[in-house]
Amino acid sequence: MPMDILPILASLRRHKVTAILLILEIALTCAIVCNAVFLIGLRLDRIHTPSGVADNELIMVRMSNIGGRSDVRARTLEDLAALRGIPGVRSAAILAQTPFGYSGTTSSIKLSSDQKLPTISYVSTYFGEGVVNAFGLELVQGRDFSADEYHWLQDLNLGLPGSSPRSVIVTEAVAKRLFPDGNALGKDVYIYDEPSRVIGIVRHLVTSQEWVPGQEDYSMILPMRVSPDAGMGGTYVMRTSPDQRDRVLDAAVAKLKGLDPRRVLTQKSTLEKQRATFFSADRATAGWLIATCAALLVVTALGIVGLGSFWVAQRRRQIGVRRALGARRVDILRYFQTENFLLATFGIVLGMGMAYGISLFLVLQYELPRLPAHYLPMGAVLLWLLGQGAVLSPALRAASVPPVVATRG
Amino acid sequence: MFAYYLELAWRSLRRNKSLTALMIFAVALGIGACMTTLTVVHVLSGDPLPGRGDRVYRVLLDAEPMDSYRKDGNPLDQVTWVDGMNLLRDGKADRQALMTGGNVAVTPPDASLDPFYIGARYSTSDIFSLFGIHFIYGGAWTAKDDASRARVAVITRRLNDKVFGGANSVGRNLRVSDADLRVIGVIDDWDPQPHFHDLDMNTYGDSERLYLPLGTSRDLGLGHSGSTNCYGNGRSSEKELETQSCTWLQYWVELDTAAKRDAYHEYLVNYSRAQHDHGRFERPPNVRLFDVMSWLDYKRVVPGDVKIQAWLAIGFLIVCLVNTVGLMLAKFLRRSGEVGVRRALGATRGEILTQLLTEAGMIGLAGGIGGLVLAILGLWLVRMQPHEYAKLAHLDFTMFLATFALAIASTVVAGLLPALRACRVAPALQLKTQ
Repeated sequence: MPMDILPILASLRRHKVTAILLILEIALTCAIVCNAVFLIGLRLDRIHTPSGVADNELIMVRMSNIGGRSDVRARTLEDLAALRGIPGVRSAAILAQTPFGYSGTTSSIKLSSDQKLPTISYVSTYFGEGVVNAFGLELVQGRDFSADEYHWLQDLNLGLPGSSPRSVIVTEAVAKRLFPDGNALGKDVYIYDEPSRVIGIVRHLVTSQEWVPGQEDYSMILPMRVSPDAGMGGTYVMRTSPDQRDRVLDAAVAKLKGLDPRRVLTQKSTLEKQRATFFSADRATAGWLIATCAALLVVTALGIVGLGSFWVAQRRRQIGVRRALGARRVDILRYFQTENFLLATFGIVLGMGMAYGISLFLVLQYELPRLPAHYLPMGAVLLWLLGQGAVLSPALRAASVPPVVATRG
Repeated sequence: MFAYYLELAWRSLRRNKSLTALMIFAVALGIGACMTTLTVVHVLSGDPLPGRGDRVYRVLLDAEPMDSYRKDGNPLDQVTWVDGMNLLRDGKADRQALMTGGNVAVTPPDASLDPFYIGARYSTSDIFSLFGIHFIYGGAWTAKDDASRARVAVITRRLNDKVFGGANSVGRNLRVSDADLRVIGVIDDWDPQPHFHDLDMNTYGDSERLYLPLGTSRDLGLGHSGSTNCYGNGRSSEKELETQSCTWLQYWVELDTAAKRDAYHEYLVNYSRAQHDHGRFERPPNVRLFDVMSWLDYKRVVPGDVKIQAWLAIGFLIVCLVNTVGLMLAKFLRRSGEVGVRRALGATRGEILTQLLTEAGMIGLAGGIGGLVLAILGLWLVRMQPHEYAKLAHLDFTMFLATFALAIASTVVAGLLPALRACRVAPALQLKTQ
């Protein structure tokens, strides 16, 4: 039979204010930690967003011309041929935007030409020849573009007839959003005035800029050739093996500079680095949240130790009397452990209410998802363990009080 | 008397070293975390245009088609070339500027320096007076230069240092892309934090270093960067942006009085109505005038993450203080005997209270010093981060003072409850039980 809790409650009533403060501290800690752990989880999920591309094999070089050029298209093809000639380069392409690159084009998709509001308003739109191969995308249905499907992007922007893309490759997420019940493959969708047929579906392809939660895969690829003409710009993306990335990057820059020295290097990076930069804020936030949680738990634990020690010192006489009347050491130990368990339980119950309140505030103020219920029992277990761990040392000290104390003044 | 209290406090704190250390540690941690995050929030939400921010307004018009119309919707953030030019021609505000940003290649006259790319601002002439930008050499271009698309440029001190070695470069030529621009003015570096004028460029950090007339940028075919939002049949081709239904320009005005502000709002509504009658606008008039701070608020410039971190730190401080209240309470109550003796010897309750609060204040001061060290350390860690705003995270004098004020005030408040309870001791009873 565990310790009868009634005498403990009676004794706590004599230290009402202190007990309430401890309960409050445990409650606040429980409430904050539950929410913080949930937020940490959200950050970590975001940091691990699958990109769909071969993250650790891609490198990027961006060159900007000084002033206008007349023969940009021929030069671009020449550049690409030279890059493909570098040993270790498995594929090379020039793209208008790259994953986690912050900037890029978005387009809307409609299912018919006379539809008023688009079915999807913002789909990250990748232009470039050979994107599927260059990125190492997983094609789950359909095929890649064939050479005769490509047009120059600049022509499309100028509205030249016949430059509109007649085919498109979408991600599974876009396919599912467009055609929830049926297969999207082979269906026509409207991105520009003329219909484009879905000829392929890839597993994942992350958007090139910040996304609305749940829409990280809202991307498509259009068969458009990109050149570094003024305004649009283009990034050379090469795929190589992870250990050769640095060498190939240097070789690529040297090669491009050699072909045309009249241009300025404006980007030289691996995709892995670009990804790390993109998520740096999330990583920093997660780190901060983890550190604060840890500090919070340490402070609360120390608070329990400190108050526990005080109570033990204050009740030395009382403990001695109990020991002299026949209580065993283990009974004294149990007493303080049970007392802490009770205080922690009150704190946790109060803390759950507070956790819900904080979550509600975050939902309203910062449009975060609501705290899932299963975080509450996790927080409860954590705080119980913390309390028991922290009270152990004062409780052991109490248990070691000899019965003879009762007879001293 | 106060010196005596300080001595008593010092003795009491030394008597129980580990407990004192625990209290100071908790206060320091809480203060350190709070000041680190609050400093970041403070830096990020500062007024980028002090003294003028309440007179300078961003103008939004709703030129989008009826297709995607939603009641209570917000207009797009930027304006089209046609609308920008119309508003500029009417010139109803005290000052007005139409602008956008871009990246341009600069070839220094010194052939030993490599060409490089920098951020540039393409704007009409009022930008300098509108934003209160200070000239070191020369001056701004004129409306006439705007109209004639003159080949002129204004550069910042930093660019002037880099290209012309810091000399008065007015009248000299600077090669920008394919053209030679004549430098007509050098301004002090102008890096408002955040870059309220064009949030599509980086929000924080370095701003543009080269300014040239908007028309000139179009003549030279300098591409613009930032966002381009096309609707209807608009095509985002750089070469024909003037005629397309695309918004890509920022419009800023200065309105010196509230009456002028209201009149300008009225004018924008009338303008929208007139455009509607012409058939250019399809939607009912929907205009916005944001002063600088409300514009930043509307665009939610301070990252939500930063604010959540600050809330978390405040929560943490509260826990630390509750912890300190509990420990102080236990400590003060244990000293009932001492309090009883002092009361019996003639000390008033107020004197006891002052003495105990002095002790709490000392913990606060020590915690504040510890918190300051931790905040400096924390901000140093923030600056290590690769964010664009990381470099700004410095403790300024206000926040330095705030650290101590917060530390001492919060511990004294935390000490109030324990001290009040402790000085309620009835001296006779207390002495008898001993």
